[in-house]
Amino acid sequence: MTDHRSDQTALLALEGLTKAYPGVVANDNVSFSILPGEVHALLGENGAGKSTLVKMIYGLVKPDRGTMTMRGQPFEPANPAAARAEGVAMVFQHFSLFDALNVAENIALGMDNPPPARELASRITEVSEAYGLPLDPARLVGDLSAGEQQRVEIIRCLLQDPKLLIMDEPTSVLTPQEVEILFHTLRKLVSEGTAILYISHKLEEIRSLCEHATILRLGRVVDTCDPRERSARELAEAMVGEELMIPTRAPGTPGEVVLETRGLSLPPISDFGTALRDVSLTLRKGEILGIGGVAGNGQDELLSALSGEVLSPAGSVWLAGRDISRLGPNPRRALGLLAAPEERLGHAAAPDMSLTENALLTGAVRMGLTRRSFIDWRKTRGFAGEIIDAFDVRTPGPDNAARSLSGGNLQKFVIGREVLQTPDVLVVNQPTWGVDASAAAAIRQSLLDLTAKGAAVIVISQDLDELMEISDRFTALNEGRLAEPRPAQGLSVEEIGLMMGGAHDMHEAEVGA
Amino acid sequence: MIFRLEKRPSPSRFWAAITPVLAVIATMIAGGLMFWLLGKNPVEAIRIIFWDPLFDPTFGAYSRPQLLVKAGPLILIAIGLSLGFKAGIWNIGAEGQYIMGAIIGAGVGLAFYPTESRLIFPLMVVAGALGGWAWSMIPAVLKVRFGTNEILVSLMLVYVAEAILASVSSGLLRNPDGQGFPGSRNFPRDYPAAGNFEVLGGTGAHWGVIAAMIAVIFAYVLLSRHMLGFQVRLTGDAPRAARFSGVRPARLILFCLGTSGALAGMAGLFEVTGPAGQISIDFGSGYGFTAIIVAFLGRLHPVGILLAGLLMALTYIGGELASLMLGIPAAAIQLFQGMLLFFLLAMDIFTNYRIRLTRPEAA
Repeated sequence: MTDHRSDQTALLALEGLTKAYPGVVANDNVSFSILPGEVHALLGENGAGKSTLVKMIYGLVKPDRGTMTMRGQPFEPANPAAARAEGVAMVFQHFSLFDALNVAENIALGMDNPPPARELASRITEVSEAYGLPLDPARLVGDLSAGEQQRVEIIRCLLQDPKLLIMDEPTSVLTPQEVEILFHTLRKLVSEGTAILYISHKLEEIRSLCEHATILRLGRVVDTCDPRERSARELAEAMVGEELMIPTRAPGTPGEVVLETRGLSLPPISDFGTALRDVSLTLRKGEILGIGGVAGNGQDELLSALSGEVLSPAGSVWLAGRDISRLGPNPRRALGLLAAPEERLGHAAAPDMSLTENALLTGAVRMGLTRRSFIDWRKTRGFAGEIIDAFDVRTPGPDNAARSLSGGNLQKFVIGREVLQTPDVLVVNQPTWGVDASAAAAIRQSLLDLTAKGAAVIVISQDLDELMEISDRFTALNEGRLAEPRPAQGLSVEEIGLMMGGAHDMHEAEVGA
Repeated sequence: MIFRLEKRPSPSRFWAAITPVLAVIATMIAGGLMFWLLGKNPVEAIRIIFWDPLFDPTFGAYSRPQLLVKAGPLILIAIGLSLGFKAGIWNIGAEGQYIMGAIIGAGVGLAFYPTESRLIFPLMVVAGALGGWAWSMIPAVLKVRFGTNEILVSLMLVYVAEAILASVSSGLLRNPDGQGFPGSRNFPRDYPAAGNFEVLGGTGAHWGVIAAMIAVIFAYVLLSRHMLGFQVRLTGDAPRAARFSGVRPARLILFCLGTSGALAGMAGLFEVTGPAGQISIDFGSGYGFTAIIVAFLGRLHPVGILLAGLLMALTYIGGELASLMLGIPAAAIQLFQGMLLFFLLAMDIFTNYRIRLTRPEAA
């Protein structure tokens, strides 16, 4: 599909870009153009080829075929420095910052020709004020919130005076308030003529920010449109290429309390972890409690405290009226409390072990896979096969190593492994992270089905849309504290933002100050 | 053209099986080159090391039993070490546990001298295992309680054990009838109830060899069928997943270090009551260190360790023979053995990676 808009005025025009990796065509004949001063959305599921495409623009990957033109001139960046020299800047989803250095030092490290320290500091202050992104150049990056760290990356780009700013999933780590601040900045940039290539799968965001969208599916451009004229659902279906199944549930009345924490406080697991502070929650039969919050606010710690990996002071964790604070993971599993951590490889699953062995990893107790500590491999293999069938895990078979699976498939396996053990309480962290839309819907449906059968589920997630879709009650973690849970229905974005921000964290910057 | 390494989606079973063979062949080539540079006939040297100990009509009868005598302790120690190595727990001090097992076991036996009873030898075996176990509990407990590095602690305890060995062989355990020479009574000669004799005549298979075979079988069953073995492997692959699965790291550290210590201690006891015969200053023969090589040469797999122990014993005996027959210096023989480990670890890359030839991209 070609772009109808004139290529004469385009800042960057892509023509027939193709890039193949062994076994997969990441980009197939991709053509579109970006105009100066527009916010251009690049939409697509995981694996649709968005990353490969922007890597080609940023000089990290060379296309097999096709051409790029920048302001009418051929554009073939050999490396990122060449791309930056042409005015292309990029903010990555994962920050490349050093915690032990301050803001100015971090920015200097990422520049091709950094000015002297004093001059740089004053320019940082200048630019950060001009764009409504307050940032103190002398602060240590390790002390900054995720949103502030992102500002460091953005300001690093702005100092290079970019013509095209590429942003990869910039809002995944931000609270709604921080997202608003970011959008103010981006709109200001656009009004000055900078073009922004905005990669995201958050459709509402794209509808509010972008004027033009290119939708990729399996490496090809399947649609270009004005996202403001389409509904989020239409966009999603264009991405997936099929009708979306929206999870459904039978409304039920929550039953008695099954899981409870009372003033749970724990030191952080690692040096960069977060301490849990006085976390009290109750979970009732048949309900889903959604826990939002920006990553790194105690999600890992809460999951570990509930799964039994980390023991907590006596009297702080209760399951069905029984104090389980001092019980390890397996006794908790025997009592019906199961968990699925966020990190798939290395935490929820062992990378070099087969799926059969990974099925044993949590299934030994409840599925009766051992007899007097001797492993019944036939039964274990059967259980692994059951998970693979029931959750449509794409793999040649249960003897394949966990790391040979794609992220989404392994996620389905990890969730399926717990769901099929019929838990009374299931705690999941980021259940659909990196999973394509149809698989994510299937996973959410399986969680809802669990509650329909009387189980209770805690979903910890950074995807607010997901939490709003499936939760009965919503709460958020902020610096290890849990906000008072509220019914999810009718909760406004402002209220959610305040719960996530802990109301003491961020104030909207004065734009244009 | 440039070489590029590409990670395999799963470790290749074919290469895991074939690399030890390739490593042996590469060692023969590189070692042969070294012998040639030393002015020896490389083909003859390799033949003497790998072939003559087993099949030479004159030496074979002597060196064939030696194969099991040398391989027994290596296998027994390496089996214990492999459990820890699989779980990422590095006991480098098996030599010290081997010495302490021998001292404690021998001490218990000598305490009963000259009582003749069938129970004495089994009692000594238990005491030897306990001695090695206790010595390995020092790094284990320090690691669990204070997070010390077990590599350093276990290694340094080897030198402590050697100092204790020197002290007791000229003091506490010295043979009172030995005219003041250092060294204890000779068990097989002076105290048959405490002697470790050949079980099958003429094969070299003493009780330590039997114990090594049993250890191989136990380790095999443990690792392939038992939950504890699964936990060991899981901890080695993904420590966090292991904790999530319900493994208690402290317990596993105590188990792995304790087991390797006990087996090393037992090996020491079998050695002191059999082939070595007595506690003496030079009792420590390096089995505890060589067993580390054996464990890796055998890919930390029980059957692999069995074969690797036999191969290693062969290079020992063959190496001695070669230095005797051709005058090859002992250091060159050790270098030769070092090459074996080097090539084995280097070839490991084929198991996890495949090598691709690619043309450099046009700039």
